Amino acid sequence: MAFEKFRSLAFATATSLAALGATSAQAVEIEYWQYFFDARVTAMEQLIENFEAANPDITVKMTHFPYADYRTKVAAAIPAGEGPDVVQLFYGWLNDYVEAELIQPLPADSFPASKIDAEFFPMVQAMKEGDAYWALPTAVRSLALFYNERLLEEAGVEPPTTLDEMMQVAAATTKVDGAGNLTQVGMTAGMTAQDHHWWREGLVRQMGGEPYLNDYKTVNYNSDAGLKALEFYTNMFMGENPVTAIGFMDEPQAAFKAGRAAMHIDGSFRIGSLADIRGLKWGVTELPATADGVRSNYSSYWVNAITTKAEGEKYDAAVKFMEYVTSDEAMQIWLDVVGELPAKPSVGMTDENANDDVFGPFIRGLEYAHTTKFADESGQRQLMVEMIERIQLQGMAPAESLAVAAEAEQKLLDEYYAK
Amino acid sequence: MFRWSDLTIRQKHIAWAWAFLAVPVLFYAVIRFYPTGNAILISFQDWNLLGSREWAGLDNYVKLFNDPEFWHVFRNTFVYLLLGTPISLVLSFVIAYHLDKLRFMHGFLRMLYFLPFMTSAVAMAWVWRWFYQPVPIGLFNNFLASFGIPQINFLNSTTNALPSVLAPAVWAGLGFQIIIFMAGLRAIPKSYYEAAKIDGVGWWTVLWEITIPLLKPTIVFIVVFSSIGFLRIFDHVFNMTTNNPGGPLNSTKPLVLMIYESAFSSFDMGYAAAQTVVLFVVLLAVSLLQLRILRDN
Repeated sequence: MAFEKFRSLAFATATSLAALGATSAQAVEIEYWQYFFDARVTAMEQLIENFEAANPDITVKMTHFPYADYRTKVAAAIPAGEGPDVVQLFYGWLNDYVEAELIQPLPADSFPASKIDAEFFPMVQAMKEGDAYWALPTAVRSLALFYNERLLEEAGVEPPTTLDEMMQVAAATTKVDGAGNLTQVGMTAGMTAQDHHWWREGLVRQMGGEPYLNDYKTVNYNSDAGLKALEFYTNMFMGENPVTAIGFMDEPQAAFKAGRAAMHIDGSFRIGSLADIRGLKWGVTELPATADGVRSNYSSYWVNAITTKAEGEKYDAAVKFMEYVTSDEAMQIWLDVVGELPAKPSVGMTDENANDDVFGPFIRGLEYAHTTKFADESGQRQLMVEMIERIQLQGMAPAESLAVAAEAEQKLLDEYYAK
Repeated sequence: MFRWSDLTIRQKHIAWAWAFLAVPVLFYAVIRFYPTGNAILISFQDWNLLGSREWAGLDNYVKLFNDPEFWHVFRNTFVYLLLGTPISLVLSFVIAYHLDKLRFMHGFLRMLYFLPFMTSAVAMAWVWRWFYQPVPIGLFNNFLASFGIPQINFLNSTTNALPSVLAPAVWAGLGFQIIIFMAGLRAIPKSYYEAAKIDGVGWWTVLWEITIPLLKPTIVFIVVFSSIGFLRIFDHVFNMTTNNPGGPLNSTKPLVLMIYESAFSSFDMGYAAAQTVVLFVVLLAVSLLQLRILRDN
């Protein structure tokens, strides 16, 4: 690989220079860890190459692991003085990493909080404690509505901009066989996919609610707005003429990929996998607004942080590397290679990016996006899944099921924050 | 000072014996006993894999006892056991009994029955998962729909899901049990049957008085083996319900899956370890019970 060669060359040059005593600059090697995802690794290789070209006295060694092993390896390595100097982690894990003393705050002189507050999208502030940032993302993700152009054309409808329109489009594109079995859905549904984010941070807020209070420590969706949001959602598959079914074609994204679903809500990370589907013509539009134009979106991100293992010159090198991976240039590369959105409006909201047919709707969504602070994302998602199942499979009233979910989630949050 | 030559021959034998025994003993100590002991220790602690471990006393067990999900899962685990073991036992015996009498294409048929056992559980679970889907992709429901019969919710149902998940698990284990049964049947001396024939005994009596009693060791082996298998069922359930592991509403969740989720998605190691200890005790009790039955024999 080109950068491998370059790295060894840079390393050789630096060491020989040091050996000659011509300069005091010695090659510092820092380690970077992330989980394995093809496009992310490719993008990081490019970033490292650029960074090493600009900083010939630093080499960066990237290691990646399957997602399943990631946390265990990080936890075992850092306390032992091994492993990464700069590490990638999901924003929801920050608390755990801070408490376990695996990462250290970013230095205020290189990463002044006021500057970051002003330059990054506001949801990044979840990474701030007092005046210091613990970690920063290169890229962020948000939700948008994917639609199948052929199916919409066939039904003679336009991509929706409001929730009412969305339901009309969904009704127009739903097909049933003679026995009333759905053979094509207007809309995909399933809390197991991204719908739980759409419901929490999208629908509940759009109906006038606030899903959580007290910095996401108090559940607040057991309200009129929450009930309205829930009924809107269940109405899609439990109404008189359902436009979808939970578990239709096994998974929502599978139904959309197969061209059996006209619309599908998903994250920007889906762009890459949809791009290669033969015969699927799709478009993206912002998540539908309410009739009075209220919009809301969900955003999540992976961040990079400096570990407590980095000290001395490695620490300085790690700071430089952090500066580079959160630079405008790095964000643009990440967008082009991975398809994840820049974390700064100055990069994301350029005319070219914000008006891009594919990235545009996601990037515009970032402006009104909220980031849920999860204590246990899969556990909290599971409660949403079960909220729907109680209504659909056990005939529980939506209001009651909502209350049960809220109570269970509060218990989960209380347990987590009590520790 | 210690000198090898001072030892008696007997002592040398003992020393050599221990030297050779040390290998498996060390192996077991490191990969079996140490982790087991550690798991028991963790069950009394709070640990999220990252931070330090903190003593929690009996908290994890108290939480477990008061967790309705745990009791639901505990019940599911026994439903898997109590449905799976007898069904697979009866099915495999009936098939082995008849296959044993068959000469035509005997080897080929036996291979067909054994084939699922050699297939990866993950691949098999996914194929069955697709069989169970609703129209338009599910094989079973498409078949029903083409005859105008209403669809059956196989997996998205709190009552049908567990049997639907269990069916492929039983089917997959059948091949192995059939082979064991056939070996057991072949081991019964022909002379008993000949004697019965001379006495003019009916086939039912032959089956009930000769075949089954003489198969008892085989039956006990299969019962122990498949009980442990069903108590530890995981891959079929996990792969058929990956989007909503153990769902809907925990109706298919076995104990092992709950342990996995507590440990590797909630990162609550202490709680997961407490569940593991409970599973260990259950497996131990079931195995001891079955060994007792074996001893009676």
